[in-house]
Amino acid sequence: MNELIIALVGQPNVGKSMLINSIADARLKVGNFSGVTVEKAEVNFSAQGHSIKIVDLPGTYSLNDYTQDERVTKDFLQNEHYDLIINVVDATNLERNLYLTTQLLELGKKMIVALNMMDEAHKEGQCIDHEQLSSILGVPCVKVSAATKRGIGKLLNRAIDVSLFPLEKSKLIYSDVVEEEIGKLASFLDRKHYASRLSSREIALRLLQEDPATYRKMHEEPIWVELSSFLKEALEHLYVHYETKDVAEIFAEERAAFAKGAVVETLSCKKCTSQTLTQKIDTVLIHPVYGIPIFFFLMWSLFQLTFTLGSIPMDWIDAFFVALGNYAKTVFGEGELGSIIADGAISGVGAVVMFLPNIVILFLGIALLETTGYMARVAFLLDGFFHRFGLHGKSFIPLVTGFGCSVPAYMSARTLKNDKDRLITLFIIGFMSCGAKLPVYVLFAGAFFGQEHAGNALFAIYLAGAFIGLLAAKFLKRFVFKGADEPFVMEMPKYRLPSLKLIWHTVVSKAIMYLQKAGTFILAASLLIWFASNYPKYPDLEASFDQKIEQASNASLKVEYENEKSKVLLEKSFLGKIGKSTDWLFTPLGFDWKMTVALESGLAAKEVVVSTLGVLYALGSGVDEGNESLIAELQKQIPLASAVSFMIFVMFYLPCLAASIVFTKESGGYKYLAYLFVFTTIIAWVLAFIGYRVTLLFS
Amino acid sequence: MKALSDLNAGEKGKVKKIDAEGELKQRLFSLGLRKGSLLEVKAMSMAKSTMEIEVGTTLLALRFEEAKRIGIETL
Repeated sequence: MNELIIALVGQPNVGKSMLINSIADARLKVGNFSGVTVEKAEVNFSAQGHSIKIVDLPGTYSLNDYTQDERVTKDFLQNEHYDLIINVVDATNLERNLYLTTQLLELGKKMIVALNMMDEAHKEGQCIDHEQLSSILGVPCVKVSAATKRGIGKLLNRAIDVSLFPLEKSKLIYSDVVEEEIGKLASFLDRKHYASRLSSREIALRLLQEDPATYRKMHEEPIWVELSSFLKEALEHLYVHYETKDVAEIFAEERAAFAKGAVVETLSCKKCTSQTLTQKIDTVLIHPVYGIPIFFFLMWSLFQLTFTLGSIPMDWIDAFFVALGNYAKTVFGEGELGSIIADGAISGVGAVVMFLPNIVILFLGIALLETTGYMARVAFLLDGFFHRFGLHGKSFIPLVTGFGCSVPAYMSARTLKNDKDRLITLFIIGFMSCGAKLPVYVLFAGAFFGQEHAGNALFAIYLAGAFIGLLAAKFLKRFVFKGADEPFVMEMPKYRLPSLKLIWHTVVSKAIMYLQKAGTFILAASLLIWFASNYPKYPDLEASFDQKIEQASNASLKVEYENEKSKVLLEKSFLGKIGKSTDWLFTPLGFDWKMTVALESGLAAKEVVVSTLGVLYALGSGVDEGNESLIAELQKQIPLASAVSFMIFVMFYLPCLAASIVFTKESGGYKYLAYLFVFTTIIAWVLAFIGYRVTLLFS
Repeated sequence: MKALSDLNAGEKGKVKKIDAEGELKQRLFSLGLRKGSLLEVKAMSMAKSTMEIEVGTTLLALRFEEAKRIGIETL
């Protein structure tokens, strides 16, 4: 049996993700970020003996590739193979949704319209004659409600039926003026017995719509000589009638008129508009005075929750990995194998997995903000402020995500339409300190500002990072990515209670993605760091130290020799050599070679900075930021000014390798990664230098 | 003719002219804002940088710069 491929298309906020959840039920393989669906997601399952693949395409208002994610949808619909379109339509907002439907009808593919949110429409007192709508559109319309799961089975049955029967041409009919011109051109083509894969009507329509591919094809035909004069005449007629020479506008108006006509004929017993609840909430949430404070309070709560609630399971996970590492050493021995598994793989991966609770809470919060429709309000509130810094209101979403992790932040920047706005946003996402930088700050703030001031120092670090980010955006906008601003035109979706299941799927898939990163990339990076800090070997040196340790008179002396041994070996390892050869770059910032190495290893992942420092300051690896003796050691060995400049450098320099790879993909080339490297390094270096000098002055 | 940006919250109008080209115009069209559409201004953000309007059953957020380009006949 052949696989049936169904493309799920609809405008944003029509509940597509929820529908796909209801259709595929628990069989869902991939969830995605509601409202920020930037990649197509696929679901495979079987029903009635057919294996079915549903491709969930990013929401799009029309097929005009306005934003990058809309381009994904258009490209798929025009170039990929699929059997059927399910057009998901918000029944409570029929007219605007049918605009997209008309464009889909023009594709000439098999299609079903799913009238979603019928339960809501009923509540609002709207009655839709779906049979009438089916006959107007020429494709089946099925009433469904993804939230209450009604009509889902029927939708699936109709989809399978339709796919088994031959294609019936849709009945999209334009206004008399356009139809007349189509008729003239088509009859000319018929008279000339012009044979083509397409019908004469379709060719005529495409010519009137100025479809470049059709023009190219027809241009090469002998018939073109005569056709062109007909065509010119037809277009002139349309221009005069519509008072515009923009064909796109003419057809947009045609589609709008068709959608309006369809609504008039099918929608009845309509009460007055019932957005009262949404509008009531809006009077509070986008209040000109209280709106922004409310937003800041919500964000503050989210971060509090992320860090306080997240720290509880964090301790458990940490304890688990420590125990696992010890167990690994008992199984594989204290030798090379045990070391590579316990000190390399387990401690590296553990350091990353430890942050899973924070990541889950943060994404839960962001998913809630997104699915309820609040994000759009925040963009509305902040656009004025952001715009002054050369950013777009929608930049807010990736920037906030950046406080969690830069990787999803880079991906969510796709919702920005304008390439320059998107690039500026991508360039400053790294300045929003991600969760992985937190351990570094906690460690240094604790060591140098005392416990009572550490919290304030942390808050200041995050705020300063965001502020410098805004200034950097301003700089980029003025000097680098000059150009016209992206218009701010955005739908404010109705407030809706999110489906718990959808939120669950979103968060779980994010968690899985994060763990996958830990299991693949972080694992490899940890092994690399382990190797670079353990090789080359110096057997003679080791032997002489071992001898000393054995002869040591008491336990504390033994520990001291142990530490001395690992320190000397580390200095001579590849990592030590790299640090020593590059530390001249950082001496003006007050760094010694160890801090240099910690920074450099942080290029792989920011979590590695702390564990590297732990190793380098001769305490053995497996040190986490709560370790008292590492704090004491740092206080002893690092002057305050160097510590300040180190923290500043960490705030601004290049994000981790995984994020850099995603950045390269999203920005469109290694060229931009090189720019990002130069840009962030200069900012980090200069600010760290200033911080160093200023602190020296005052201490 | 007034511009949409001249309207205050609570005022209603009918779109007379859209002075935008290409993609922006298409975008406004697909969101239901076109010549002849009826709209109502719902809210303004602080410092009058963005406005919320209702067109048909859709709530839209617009920047004032875009609102300036939309000609309105007040109702």
